[in-house]
Amino acid sequence: MKVVGKPLPRRDAWDKVTGRTRFIADIPRPGAWFGGAVRSPVARGRLRGLVRDGGFDWSQVVVITAGDLSGPNTVAMIREDLPLLPVDEVAFVGQAVALVAAPDPATLAGALAALRPDIEELPAVLSIEHALRGDRVIWGEDNLIADYTIAPDDMDAFTAAMARGRIIEGVYHTGYQEHIYLEPQGVTATPRPDGGVEILGSLQCPFYVLNALTRALGLERDRLVVRQAPTGGAFGGKEDYPSVIALQAAVLAMASGREVAMIYGRHEDIIASTKRHPSRTIQRTAVAPGGRLLAADIDVVLDAGAFTTLSPVVLSRAILHAAGSYDIPLVRIRGRAVATNTPPNGAFRGFGVPQSIFAAERHMDRIARELGEDPLALRRRSILKPGDALPHGQVLPEGGTAASLVLERAIELSGYENRREEIAAANASATGPERRGIGVSLVHHGAGFTGDGEDKIDAVVHVRGEADGTATVLCSCVEMGQGAETVLPAIAAEALGLPLEAVHYHQPDTGAVPDSGPTVASRTTMVVGKVLVQACGDLAEQALTHGTDAHGTDARAAWSARAAAGEPLVGEGRYEPDSSIRWDQQHHHGDAYQGYAWMATVVETAVDTDTWEIRPERVTVVAEIGKAINPVLCVGQIEGGMLQSLAWAYLEEVRLDGGRYLNDRLATYIIPTCLDAPAYTVKLAEEPSPRGAYGSKGLGELPMNGGAPALAAAVEHALGTAPDFIPMTPDRLLAHLQELQP
Amino acid sequence: MTIVFTLNDREVTWEIEPTETLLQALRRNGLVGAKEGCDTASCGVCTVLLDNKPVPSCAVPAARVDGHTVTTVEGVQDQARRIGEAMAAEGADQCGYCTPGLVMSLVAMEKELDQPDDEQIRSYLAGNMCRCSGYTSQMRAVRKYLGGGR
Repeated sequence: MKVVGKPLPRRDAWDKVTGRTRFIADIPRPGAWFGGAVRSPVARGRLRGLVRDGGFDWSQVVVITAGDLSGPNTVAMIREDLPLLPVDEVAFVGQAVALVAAPDPATLAGALAALRPDIEELPAVLSIEHALRGDRVIWGEDNLIADYTIAPDDMDAFTAAMARGRIIEGVYHTGYQEHIYLEPQGVTATPRPDGGVEILGSLQCPFYVLNALTRALGLERDRLVVRQAPTGGAFGGKEDYPSVIALQAAVLAMASGREVAMIYGRHEDIIASTKRHPSRTIQRTAVAPGGRLLAADIDVVLDAGAFTTLSPVVLSRAILHAAGSYDIPLVRIRGRAVATNTPPNGAFRGFGVPQSIFAAERHMDRIARELGEDPLALRRRSILKPGDALPHGQVLPEGGTAASLVLERAIELSGYENRREEIAAANASATGPERRGIGVSLVHHGAGFTGDGEDKIDAVVHVRGEADGTATVLCSCVEMGQGAETVLPAIAAEALGLPLEAVHYHQPDTGAVPDSGPTVASRTTMVVGKVLVQACGDLAEQALTHGTDAHGTDARAAWSARAAAGEPLVGEGRYEPDSSIRWDQQHHHGDAYQGYAWMATVVETAVDTDTWEIRPERVTVVAEIGKAINPVLCVGQIEGGMLQSLAWAYLEEVRLDGGRYLNDRLATYIIPTCLDAPAYTVKLAEEPSPRGAYGSKGLGELPMNGGAPALAAAVEHALGTAPDFIPMTPDRLLAHLQELQP
Repeated sequence: MTIVFTLNDREVTWEIEPTETLLQALRRNGLVGAKEGCDTASCGVCTVLLDNKPVPSCAVPAARVDGHTVTTVEGVQDQARRIGEAMAAEGADQCGYCTPGLVMSLVAMEKELDQPDDEQIRSYLAGNMCRCSGYTSQMRAVRKYLGGGR
């Protein structure tokens, strides 16, 4: 192959590094107004009204409350329970209760200060445990936003195995995580002469925003346009939340008749936008006398926050990965997403899997400890093999040896076995405060939407032949740092036999590109890339059959001629469902994902036993990703995702009090700097997938799954114990150790 | 109020608000290479050079640069391109929001430190956060830029 597999530099690098890229806040917008929100100061309460300070000149601004909305008062996502503005009850701190647009930031600030929501505070539900108790119902009939079970085919055998085996039980908690994409959320909304509105924004899913606008504004799609601005990072954080601010800005734009910008500073971004779901997972495993894993009963609970947003699908993905990468014959998994009076949680790289797989991996370490066995030995003898079935009934294809392959290669590359002994010996004779540890994790990640989700998305991609012989990729998958603007054209260049420079990428725009689905779920390269290959085939075929006679054998010349004549050829690809895939959504049973990528991670860490600071120092990663379309970008995804995963485990902590985020600035929510980055060794392995473009599998989220459990295992190796929760901040680690004291 | 200062090798006279930050004044005047990322001088995406030293322009009152020299990414385009080559080759540039700030710190580091080792480089760049890359590729790129893959 000429383009695919080559470490070509990303195409947007020059403009970005020289500061020429115009992010949403950088685009001049003369005359535009500024939008803002009055937010609830309480976690739950009855909204009695909005008090306006009589001393403020209200004629200079636009104020919108629920009563002013003409369309359905909802931000449409999976459900429609999240109102654009609350009517009579607020459900979380920071919930927008009124919207304001003003001609300049100072007037906006004045208006926001002169508005006070009149709220009678009500008792709130603020934890998973409280939500599950059910003594105070804040959502539906039982606080359960979603409740799914994956059941073994033979329940009697499961029950018998759980009764027969020795039960090893662990309870694992993971905390919030804030995305800290370095560019905060931002959109502008511009009224159109036809009564519609145009959105420009920092987004992952232009068509999600379009759907939310269509529903709430009651307008036809032809009067709504959503355009992509260059996007400064997202990590899932710009999947669902942009629908909220785009709708807020649209309502203000339509009411004021002005372009309205809602571009957050960091403080407002942290207060208002979604976070990773906190979780509690109970793992109960039945083990035979010889140590064989007989059965597992797993209970995953996610804290959804006050409204549904994407929690049901986050939960699906969490439970579908909850048994880890091991062959356990009988597994039951229950998952619940519970409502609390906290800001809604949403998509974040990994989408529930980092939480459930942290529990699965740490539980393997616990089983090893209880059995007096080495954690690596337990993993080796329990690892999934070709032909084994996952708990949801999906059988790993013959030849799918990737789990073993990545584990063994990472062990070898890191020198894990030797290092484990050397470190243990060094710790035993250490005189200073520093201890060291080394740990391993084995994780997987299913790419693309769960089950028949890709069938429902029905992705379409276009490729247009241009007059100069180049081609343009038209799709709705956005560039947000992951490299879509480089990788999709590389796939098209390969398919069309062109050099990379001869393929352009059209910035997503719902008025100009087809709906290829959202830029999420590690699906862009694998799934959309495959549809793109089809579109390229269609373009070439059309060019040869409908081109001019003079160029009958040269597709490129033929599409050039057509484009020059003003009738460009557009190749179309449409997602082709695989009829061999079986999926039962109700029971979460069948072929949940079209391809799993695999990754083994070895982390070596230092722990200071005076300050209880953890410092990951060396990380070895081997990832099997089908086919690396661009190896440099693949390694970049792994290194960056891995640091997010490690930091989630020891550094990043969202603290709340009464449902309010306490550390809601970047000065107090700590993310890693370059001083915190460990040394990496990253190797890619390739077992091509028939379902992905040129054999590729989804990669973007995989690294987020592996760092946290490997680091916790390394801490356990260093200290002889590790908490069953993350983040392992110094104070929490110390508290854990103090609890162990007699 | 009026300030007179050297901006990217050219003397300029600007009318500014007394309460304005340097970042706000720069961006209001169309120099948007310096970004806003946090407002608490934590992230470094607003880094510019003040008298050749890197500073977070969100934490510098615009009034303070009166009589001083300010360099922004718009003023170091050739160097930025060369840094960009190394960054692109190493995959260090992802979303791009932090890179203009990183470029400014690198430009300053090159002037200030002679053949810095990894430790010095990390200390120098610790104020420039990146959420995408995990920093390792940045370090590779910096070494490549400074001296051909040391």
